[in-house]
Amino acid sequence: MQKLSPFNITALTLGFAFLYIPILLLVIFSFNESKLVTVWGGFSTKWYASLMQDKAFLNAAWTTFRIALVSATIATVLGTMAAMALVRLGKFRGRTLFSGMIYAPLVMPEVITGLSLLLLFVAMNVTRGFWTITLAHITFSMCYVSVVVSSRLHSFDVSLEEAAIDLGCNTIQAFFKVTLPIILPAVISAWLLSVTLSLDDLVIASFTSGPGATTLPMEIYSSVRLGVSPQINALSSLLVGLVGGGVILASIISRRQISKEQH
Amino acid sequence: MGQGLQNRIVILLPYLWLLILFLAPFGIVLKISFSDTAIAIPPYTPLWDWSDIRGFFAELDFENYTWLLEDDLYWKSYLSSLRIAAISTLITLLIGYPMAYAMAKAPKNIRPTLLMLIILPFWTSFLIRVYAWIGILKNEGYINIALEWLGIIDEPIMMLNTDFAVFVGIVYSYLPFMILPLYATLEKMDGSLIEAAKDLGCTEVSAFWKVTLPLSMPGIIAGCFLVFIPAIGEFVIPDLLGGSDTIMIGKVLWSEFFRNRDWPVASAVAVLLLLILIVPIVLFQHFQQRAEQN
Repeated sequence: MQKLSPFNITALTLGFAFLYIPILLLVIFSFNESKLVTVWGGFSTKWYASLMQDKAFLNAAWTTFRIALVSATIATVLGTMAAMALVRLGKFRGRTLFSGMIYAPLVMPEVITGLSLLLLFVAMNVTRGFWTITLAHITFSMCYVSVVVSSRLHSFDVSLEEAAIDLGCNTIQAFFKVTLPIILPAVISAWLLSVTLSLDDLVIASFTSGPGATTLPMEIYSSVRLGVSPQINALSSLLVGLVGGGVILASIISRRQISKEQH
Repeated sequence: MGQGLQNRIVILLPYLWLLILFLAPFGIVLKISFSDTAIAIPPYTPLWDWSDIRGFFAELDFENYTWLLEDDLYWKSYLSSLRIAAISTLITLLIGYPMAYAMAKAPKNIRPTLLMLIILPFWTSFLIRVYAWIGILKNEGYINIALEWLGIIDEPIMMLNTDFAVFVGIVYSYLPFMILPLYATLEKMDGSLIEAAKDLGCTEVSAFWKVTLPLSMPGIIAGCFLVFIPAIGEFVIPDLLGGSDTIMIGKVLWSEFFRNRDWPVASAVAVLLLLILIVPIVLFQHFQQRAEQN
């Protein structure tokens, strides 16, 4: 095993410092007593307390979590179906267009996706709010799900499915009894990815929301425009902690599973 | 339920969903970009009925597009988006390459941890990561406080609301997209090639330039496109970190829509942005396909 050269160690240290110091500063200064965000005035948790009493934030948080859970779940179902169609069902009419529509949203600027969905909702005369944001989130999340799940399906031994069918399963039973249990880790991480994409989205939600449906990123954005505030730091730290903790936990679980499979 | 029917449902459900909620909306954007502006809700006058295609071609209204060509704000914002995206991509490459290289050289048992440390920020909110830089860069921010305390400067350096802040924001947000493909190509590179180069008289440095760098080209290309393409249409970063003279096309589209309430012009901006993006996207897919074939 070779040791890292000093140059490589420097590159990694500086790089990770660049990635993590901004987030660390944000978290540290969310415990700042002073209202001046950048000047330390002593330790305090008062901004967290004031956050818990802020009706607007609590409402937005509740709306955001509901949208994230509903959209991630539906997107996971649709995205997994799309992945099955692309990987397992071979050539069908319109396949090129289908795979194009799966990959295009991944590189599409959010302002365009948001604007076009809004114009669709206006043309169809739909009342905008919770459900229009959810529909929009399902649409881009299912593409991410489909990419994640297809890459798992590609490295999957089809003969297992065929064996199940030979033993008397129909395709639906074969999917639920054989395929799904094997690709489940990929499906779960795709679901988690959809949840975080939905929690994080500002641009598309701003275009597709209506009166009464404000999400957390929209709330954060409108107060950030007025300047930095310790309360936003507190809220951001909560979100970072929540998501960071979840991701670390998920990766520990999946690593245990891998080492279990190897033994 | 028959086999064929089951398969058809698996295809049709996501297919129809994307047709209705992804493809059809672009048709509407195109249609509205040819409409007249009107102060109403929705703020445009429809150009034609869905039924009357002939009428549509007779009255096709390029007014919004000629408007975009005549007003140099739009030209300048397209060009400045391309410029800002290109410069940020270059900086991201210069920071990302040494990191990916060091990760690929690191002992095997710590590589998964390093990889997770790269991916972790990507899972935390984009908006929050951009917001974190406001506190660092502003006049009373951490950098200026530190420099004043050290006695290096007397007056704060203006960093927030400049192009510099936008570069920092893009580099910071998109760094993982650059590192991941670079790491993937560098990690699977055959170490014996470099040994061979050294045996043949190359120094460590010249072996890097003659062997490692050319072989990692696919990773460089993939990483650059993954940063460059989304950076062109970026809205949040120029809006929160940039100044009033930092104009990027995503920001222009947003303000045409939300501030000026000019939906047809916003749609025309979107159509032109798409046309500009098609070139790098097609190039990217071309390179990806070639890389897969090798």
